[in-house]
Amino acid sequence: MSDFPRWRYYLVAVVLVLGILYALPNLYKPLQAVQVSAAQSGATLDPTVQQKITSALQAAKIPYVDESLKHDTNRGDYVLIGFDNGDLQKSAADALKTALGDNYTIAFNLESTVPGWLRAIGGRPMPLGLDLQGGVRFLMAVDQDDVIDKQENRYTQDITALLKDKKIQFVSVSRNAVRGQGVIVVLGSAADRSAASDAIANEYTDLAVTDGTNTGDRYVLNAVIKPDKLRDLQTNAIRQNLATLGNRINALGVSEPVIQAQGQDHISVELAGVQDPAEAKKVIGATATLEYVAGLGDVRDPAVQDAAKTGNVPPDAHLYYGPEGQPYLVSKNIIASGDELVDASSGTDSQSGTPSVNVTLNSAAAAKMLDFTSNNVGKPMAVVYVETTTDTKIVDGKEVRTPKTTYKVINYATIQGVFSNHFQTTGLGTAKAASDLALMLKGGSLAARMDIVQEGVIGPSLGQDNIDKGLKAVLLGLGLVLLAAAIYYKLFGLVADVALFFNLVILVAVMSLIGVTLTMPGIAGIVLTLGMAIDANVLICERVREELRNGSTPLAAIRAGYEKAWATILDANVTHLIAALALTTMGSGPIKGFGVTLLIGILTSMFTSVTVTHAITALIHGGRKLKTLSV
Amino acid sequence: MEIFNHNSNIHFLRIRKFSVGIAILLMVASIALLATRSLNYGLDFTGGVRIGVTYDKPVSTEDVRSALTAGGIDNAVVQSVGGTREVDIRFQPKDDKKYAGPEGKAPNLDLIASDVAKALQVSRPDAKIGSRDYVGPQVGEQLRSDGVTAAIFVIIGIGIYLWIRFERRFAIAALATEVHDVLVTLGVISLVQREFDLTVLASVLAVIGYSINDKVVVFDRIRELFRSSRKADPEEILNRSINSTLSRTIITSLFTGIAMAALFFFGGPTVHGFAITMLIGILVGTLSSIFVASPILLWLGVSKKDLMPVTKENPELARRP
Repeated sequence: MSDFPRWRYYLVAVVLVLGILYALPNLYKPLQAVQVSAAQSGATLDPTVQQKITSALQAAKIPYVDESLKHDTNRGDYVLIGFDNGDLQKSAADALKTALGDNYTIAFNLESTVPGWLRAIGGRPMPLGLDLQGGVRFLMAVDQDDVIDKQENRYTQDITALLKDKKIQFVSVSRNAVRGQGVIVVLGSAADRSAASDAIANEYTDLAVTDGTNTGDRYVLNAVIKPDKLRDLQTNAIRQNLATLGNRINALGVSEPVIQAQGQDHISVELAGVQDPAEAKKVIGATATLEYVAGLGDVRDPAVQDAAKTGNVPPDAHLYYGPEGQPYLVSKNIIASGDELVDASSGTDSQSGTPSVNVTLNSAAAAKMLDFTSNNVGKPMAVVYVETTTDTKIVDGKEVRTPKTTYKVINYATIQGVFSNHFQTTGLGTAKAASDLALMLKGGSLAARMDIVQEGVIGPSLGQDNIDKGLKAVLLGLGLVLLAAAIYYKLFGLVADVALFFNLVILVAVMSLIGVTLTMPGIAGIVLTLGMAIDANVLICERVREELRNGSTPLAAIRAGYEKAWATILDANVTHLIAALALTTMGSGPIKGFGVTLLIGILTSMFTSVTVTHAITALIHGGRKLKTLSV
Repeated sequence: MEIFNHNSNIHFLRIRKFSVGIAILLMVASIALLATRSLNYGLDFTGGVRIGVTYDKPVSTEDVRSALTAGGIDNAVVQSVGGTREVDIRFQPKDDKKYAGPEGKAPNLDLIASDVAKALQVSRPDAKIGSRDYVGPQVGEQLRSDGVTAAIFVIIGIGIYLWIRFERRFAIAALATEVHDVLVTLGVISLVQREFDLTVLASVLAVIGYSINDKVVVFDRIRELFRSSRKADPEEILNRSINSTLSRTIITSLFTGIAMAALFFFGGPTVHGFAITMLIGILVGTLSSIFVASPILLWLGVSKKDLMPVTKENPELARRP
């Protein structure tokens, strides 16, 4: 058997065993479960609650999976009850809601049935997509007032800077107390006012500048954002929040989320493979933005210690805290905010070799950053992470939502030099800290605050009959390909079929390991991949036939067939691989999932169609004297 | 078993003016179709309306779907929300003239909502319309620009690979045929006005991969024959290459086609678009591998000396007398 080296048999065997092992978890369907947890501190999950649950389910005649009913405090303080299908699960949730009352929260969850030993080696099933299984949906409201606030605050700062720059004397520049009414500029003389009016109108074409009423020597100028510009700002805010949210969810590796605008100012986010909203919320992360501000002092500064102790904060400063609770004083003037950030990535500082975060700002923010840093080298600058969370409380039987904003200083560093649109933050300690900060910066670039106004479990978007039809057709298609190969290429065709089966197993194993979300188009992609994978065997078989026709002996024909076909298979697959690779770079969603499927499929098919079939053929034909080949 | 005579020697290149002429014609027609009729973009791309419906008693999504179809609302996505008493219906009202508001205005939500209510209340009088909204497209602008970047990346990547592994002319011929295949596939989709959703987009992109695969196999044989034959008349070599790979080209297309046909006929609406696009792409790709790619190569003037492997200078050989 000199034809096929021994080590390759071992390789094939090892890969096949691993493939089967990691594809196996997909045979264990997750149980649709209902999760009961205590809603108030008074309620406990003692055995009587479990008693209540079972009796309520028995009364409603809803069968549940006995062994799944458990209260495992290691995994979380809740009781899980598993059901055979989604309809039972939903009816059970309704029944339990009435039986247990307001003291307990009833939520949906998925209970894995994968055996412990498989889970221990990292085996997990592919999560099913929104179309096959549904998931969780959040509806978020974009805070339109915040868009206006941000813009008007920014103009207030910009106009102040402009007037100083143009050396126009002014009394004050402040925001109008009424939101949406723009900026009020008070000047000392009519001449100054007209100069200021011209300067502002020239510099900021989005502002409508009008003269206000003058009292004594206070000459007032109103600069209001033009209405159509304001509308643009609001649609842009939605658009940017959509993009940011998409980036954030993709960065966290959740595949195939659906993120879309809904109505005037809402964004809906659907995540597959999870049914517990609390868990999903962690995935989305908080709805955060961030701000770059001048640092006025850290914990070593007595003024900061004093402010933290007494609560007396200087009027131009905010007292914020860092992740470990250390106090900082930072300026109220924002240099740049998250929505002006174009990109953030972690890396290594070329000079010191320590982890760093590289930030890119847009041009408007770059100008402000340049201006600020040229005057403040050696002084500190802080990055403030602004997070809005919504507390939901039940008051008098009604849900009351109170938005709460928290500020956290995530980075406080000394400005080392003058910079504008590109800069680097170093001194972060570990590479993990750097990548976390980059992720937070990137995620924090929301144009406007958002908060979650509605959350819930959604069912599959495809009907069960469509899912069944699709799966049946997939099996039929595969069966037909296998049959056709066996008929046309006889023994070699059967060998190719065995290889194709293992191709499917390995493909599923790799997809499960990576955690690719399985959707209906994804399944179609798998079939397509397998249909194309047989191409390699067609090439080999045709070559073997050709060699036989040219008068080669059977064993020589096999050897020459594999050898000559290999060059072709390699070229064809590499070009195909380039195409698949491009698909995987395409943002998110079904296209990416499809591309990943194709990519893995091409790689696995090169192994199974060539190495595995060669091993089997060598086993069958090796060491025998052959007169003919069954091809 | 053999379907094709392995000694076949059909003179494919003799009809090259005709076959390339047809290819160009199809391409121009496809561009014209895409320019005038465009593609019938689906809910993923255009967005649509979302209507929340609540029921007093539990309802199954299957029943809601069939009630909608009976009421004349096709292709609606129905999802249960929370439990068994609330569903979410999403669809694209663009095909119905009566919903269309004045030119450029969004469709009339109230009218749509009342129609949905009517359709649902036929079988379930307890259906009540909750919320109604416009929903934006699932495909962001980012994906569209990513798509263009991806396509450019594919063209450049494949071009460079073929240039290095083969020769410049092979890269040009492959890419020209590739563009033809994608355009004609899109043209057919536009002609029949099949709904173009994300799944169809994915399969159009898969056609790129499939068709390049097909071309490379033929090119590979051309290179092999040029290198091995002593007297290398390009036209004859190209023709022999097409003929000797003909069996493989058609068998592979048949095998892949069988799988896709099963999806098309029995797979239901979800994989219908994917399968039909693939079938069109396989057909176009197979034909262009046989009839279009090689004539282009011939016109570009491929020859034996372009393909000889660069022989390494061997000092041993040089020293010999």
